[in-house]
Amino acid sequence: MKHTRAAALGAALLLLAGCGTTTKDSAPTATGTTALTADPDAPVKPGLEVAFVPKEIDNPYENLIDRGGITAIAELGGQGKEVGPSEASASSQVSYIATLAQQGQDAIVIAANDPNAVAPALKDAMARGIAVVTFDSDAAKDARRVFVNQADSEDIGRTQVRLLAGQIGGSGQIAILSATPNATNQNTWIGFMRRELADHPGIELVQVAYGDDDDQKSFQETQALLRSYPDLKGIIAPTTVGISAAARYLSTSPRKGEVALTGLGTPNQMRRFVKDGTVTAFALWDPEQLGYLAGHAAAALASGQITGAEGEVLRAGKLGERTIGRDGEVVLGPPTTFTADNIDDYDF
Amino acid sequence: MRDLKWESVLVALCVVVFAAAAVTTPGFAEAGNVAFLLLDHTAVALLALALLPVVLTGEIDLSVASTLGLCSALTGALWDGGVPFETILPVVLVAGAVLGAVNAVLVVGFGLPSLAVTIGTLGLYRGLAYVVLGDGAVTGFPENYRPLATDAVPGLFVPYSVLLLVVVGLVVALVVHATPVGRALYAIGLGERTARYSGIRVDRVKAALYVASGLLCAVAAIVYTLRYNSARADNGVGLELVAVTAVLLGGASIFGGRGTVLGVAAALLLTAGLRNALLLNDVTNEVQNVVNGTLLIVSVLVPAIAQRRRR
Repeated sequence: MKHTRAAALGAALLLLAGCGTTTKDSAPTATGTTALTADPDAPVKPGLEVAFVPKEIDNPYENLIDRGGITAIAELGGQGKEVGPSEASASSQVSYIATLAQQGQDAIVIAANDPNAVAPALKDAMARGIAVVTFDSDAAKDARRVFVNQADSEDIGRTQVRLLAGQIGGSGQIAILSATPNATNQNTWIGFMRRELADHPGIELVQVAYGDDDDQKSFQETQALLRSYPDLKGIIAPTTVGISAAARYLSTSPRKGEVALTGLGTPNQMRRFVKDGTVTAFALWDPEQLGYLAGHAAAALASGQITGAEGEVLRAGKLGERTIGRDGEVVLGPPTTFTADNIDDYDF
Repeated sequence: MRDLKWESVLVALCVVVFAAAAVTTPGFAEAGNVAFLLLDHTAVALLALALLPVVLTGEIDLSVASTLGLCSALTGALWDGGVPFETILPVVLVAGAVLGAVNAVLVVGFGLPSLAVTIGTLGLYRGLAYVVLGDGAVTGFPENYRPLATDAVPGLFVPYSVLLLVVVGLVVALVVHATPVGRALYAIGLGERTARYSGIRVDRVKAALYVASGLLCAVAAIVYTLRYNSARADNGVGLELVAVTAVLLGGASIFGGRGTVLGVAAALLLTAGLRNALLLNDVTNEVQNVVNGTLLIVSVLVPAIAQRRRR
């Protein structure tokens, strides 16, 4: 009886769906973008309102970026704010995007938790005339006009492997402690790390672990890595939450000094671990500058100074000018390496 | 009687919240915004509707969000494998029913406590979701189906998926409040042994509830996947708590025997309206959590106090 019911249900659905079938390859997709023209000398839109949406609202690194963005908007005479979800899940940003669109913000600047989950909402916002900029972690390319990248992804990925290779003498087992499995930026870097690793045959990548950008989970993942791989020589944590949690675990572990740790962290978070010898070198760009650049990009887009087309010039206040590259990408600059020698020169 | 009183309070609260938000918050009362706030809660409302009948019998199903996750992962894996979407739909619905049946076998067949069983399957199904799809996300669902989860019915401001939700809600309400099966649910919740003696086939009813719950979770999974155009193993993480909150805030007793679809619907509408109004006013997440937590405690506290007074 139950089987017939299920079959009937299935049949009904098939009928509902119509006669044709839709597969991944045959699926129709939306196409076409509206052509806009840029006026580089247009004045900044009066009463400019820009919202910055972090991956999660309590992430100190994201807060720094947003602070830089809000500063840029303030310099331009507008009003910036930071709003976002308390957990970095795929869909949690969507409500925020929709309400920002409803509020009639001039621009939304977002670090996407999932490039596709946020895309429909961002496209809706763009259809309402809102300028959409991604930074730190990109969304689907057709769901934003400009992507402000912290540094060339290849540079970032390869730099971290080279840093670690130097610290472990070029051979041994290593692991990566990333953020969430779907974080676009992390995955791109890990891709370049793997390519760089091909040039270091002595190094074996044994696992990519995920701390979900959660301090406690990253801490536990570090513990698990050290337990699973007694010969582990090094860890790369390309996330500020991950590297500081890993450093905290390592600093009190008997294998402190034996297991090298590098990755992306902020100087203030990592200072004590550099001073106590847990970490020798790590890298990062200045997150406030990243936000600052994105803020300028948002203002320029909302004011019609740029459209996000390749070759356009973005004027970014104290950072000078940046040229927009392929697919609307703007690059902040190469990452900085922090060591005991220079860490005290930075305060963020 | 007591149930009706609490529901009246909820409905009144809904009216107050929506009216206050419409007056104080620019943009709140627009059709597009109301459609959006409904859309934002469709998946969780489906989970709550799956959960309510189970709770009425005094049992629980904490695996609803994990079932959604596994069904979403399955949708993604099949789509990625080139399976036509028309085939994926029935397969995923059947899969949801099978996952519900597993709960049914463990709870009814083996007589295990549903709390323990569904905490177990909560973890198990989520784990299997990662086995099925891994850490990645599948996207690019067809443009001819996606509007069903995102767009409004032409001419109406109500999205298709909200319409689906209303239909599902009416069906659940009909079954729960107007059929012998529905009366059996309350009877089981009020006293399983008495229900058995009075000829109610308790085991069959409970088993059917878990299967139906799994099926509804699969529907929610498809809606969720299409809405975000993203099939992932972690879809819907934590939604079981939101669903439980809606059911309890709606006036259902966690011990069974009390609760209505109207109450759950009012609770969902209230939380959806509140959340949207708070978001539009830039109220932070922390404050939203405080508001929701307070609402839940009040919803448990007020009927309890009223009951004590009467004694």
